[in-house]
Amino acid sequence: MNQKKSVRVLIAKPGLDGHDRGAKVIALGLRDEGIEVIYTGLRQTPEKIVQAAEQEDVDAIGLSCLSGGHKYLFPRVVELLREKDMGNVLVIGGGIIPDEDIPYLKERGVSEIMGPGTFVKDIADYIRKNVKRT
Amino acid sequence: MEVSSRVLAGDVRVIARLMTDLENKMPAAIKELDNLYPHTGKAHIVGITGAPGVGKSTLVNAIITAMRQKGLTIGVLAVDPTSPFTGGAVLGDRVRMQGHSTDQGVFIRSLATRGGTGGLSRAALGMIHVLDAMGKDIIIVETVGIGQAEIEITKISDTSILVLVPGMGDTVQLMKAGIMEAADIFVINKANQDGAENLKMELEAMTGAKNNPPIVLTEAILNQGTEELTEDILNHKQVLASSGELEKRRRQRARHELITAVESSISNLIETRMEKDLERLTDDLIQGKTSPNVAAGELLALSLTQIK
Repeated sequence: MNQKKSVRVLIAKPGLDGHDRGAKVIALGLRDEGIEVIYTGLRQTPEKIVQAAEQEDVDAIGLSCLSGGHKYLFPRVVELLREKDMGNVLVIGGGIIPDEDIPYLKERGVSEIMGPGTFVKDIADYIRKNVKRT
Repeated sequence: MEVSSRVLAGDVRVIARLMTDLENKMPAAIKELDNLYPHTGKAHIVGITGAPGVGKSTLVNAIITAMRQKGLTIGVLAVDPTSPFTGGAVLGDRVRMQGHSTDQGVFIRSLATRGGTGGLSRAALGMIHVLDAMGKDIIIVETVGIGQAEIEITKISDTSILVLVPGMGDTVQLMKAGIMEAADIFVINKANQDGAENLKMELEAMTGAKNNPPIVLTEAILNQGTEELTEDILNHKQVLASSGELEKRRRQRARHELITAVESSISNLIETRMEKDLERLTDDLIQGKTSPNVAAGELLALSLTQIK
C-alpha cells in the first residue's frame, strides 16, 4: 500500500440546507481520487466546521451551500480559520452559487468555486495542486 | 521538547498536527512519542467494534454525552477503511458525533486504515498515547470490523465492546471464533427490532453466565440503554483494577506494542535502505534458488548489520 502522505479534505454543509446528495457525490468522487474525506453532515455551523477541521488537521475544506447563505457562511469559515491561525487551509465552495457572487467570495479568502458540472477529477487535481503545508 | 509540552498543555492544533505526522510516519513525530510515553497510562481505553451499520458511531455519540455529564473528558479515534483500489477513504463516523464538535472536553479524530490489518491503522496506537498524554480520561477507539479476524483492538483496549444487532445470523454464527471470545461487554443495538431478546438469550447461553460479560440492549438513536452501557464501561475499569486484570492487560499491550514496533522498524529498514538485497533475494525466490524462510533469515541477518 502506498505510504505517501495522504491529502485530507473536510466536506461540510454549513447552514440550513436539507439536501446533501451533491456533497456525498463529491465525497465519494474524491475518495476515488485517493483522497481521505471527512464528511461532517448537514446543518453545521461555521464554528463546528472549523473546530472539526482543526482536530482533523485537514488540508482543505469543501463547503456546499444550496440555499443562498454562502455570502455569509463561506467568508465566516475563512474568518474563523484565520483566527485560529489556520489560514493555510484551502477553502473551496460549491452548490448553487451565482456567478456574480464568485468575486465577492474570492476576495474574502475562498480559493475557488466549483459548482455543478465540474468534473470531480478537476476538483481533486485543484486540491492537490493548491494544498499548502506549513 | 516544545511539541511535547504543547501536547501536555492540551494545544489542539499541535496535537492534531502531531497525529498527522504520526500517520505519515515522520521520524520527528515518532521521536516525540518517546517524550510523551512517560505521561501515558492514565486513560481508560475503550474499543468498540462490530459490523458496518450496527450503530457504533451513534452509540459512541451517546456514550460521549453520558460521560461528559459526569465531567469526564474524552478522546475518540474513529477508524474507517481505506479503499484498496484508490488509497482514498470516506471517514464518516464523525458525522454522527458532530454535536460534540465545539466541546473542548472532546477531541475527535477520524482515521483511515491505510493498509493496516486488524481493523485499526498502524498509527492508531501512537495516537492513543497522544490522547492519553494530553489528559483525556477516556479514549474511545471505534474500529472497522465484523469482529472475526479484526481483533487488534482487544490487544490494545482495557474494555472491548462488541456491538451486534438482531437478525444477523444464527447460533452457529455466534460460535465462530474472534472477538466473541474477547469482548468485555456485548451491546445489542436497534433492540426495538424483532429478535433482540432471542439474541440476548443465545449470547447468555454461549458465554455460560448471566450478565457476565454484561449484555446491554440499546436503541442508540433514541438514547435508550446508553446510560446503562456507560455505567458498565466505567464499572469495568474498576473490576479490572481490583482483580489485577488491568495490570495483566497493560502488560500484554506493552508487549504487543514492543513486538509491533520491532516488526515495523525492520520492515521499514528493509524497504527503505536495503532495496538491492530485497531485489536480489526476490529474484532468487522466483528462480527457485531459495525459499521464503531462508531468504527472510538472510534479510534479517543483513538488516542487523545496518542498525546503528
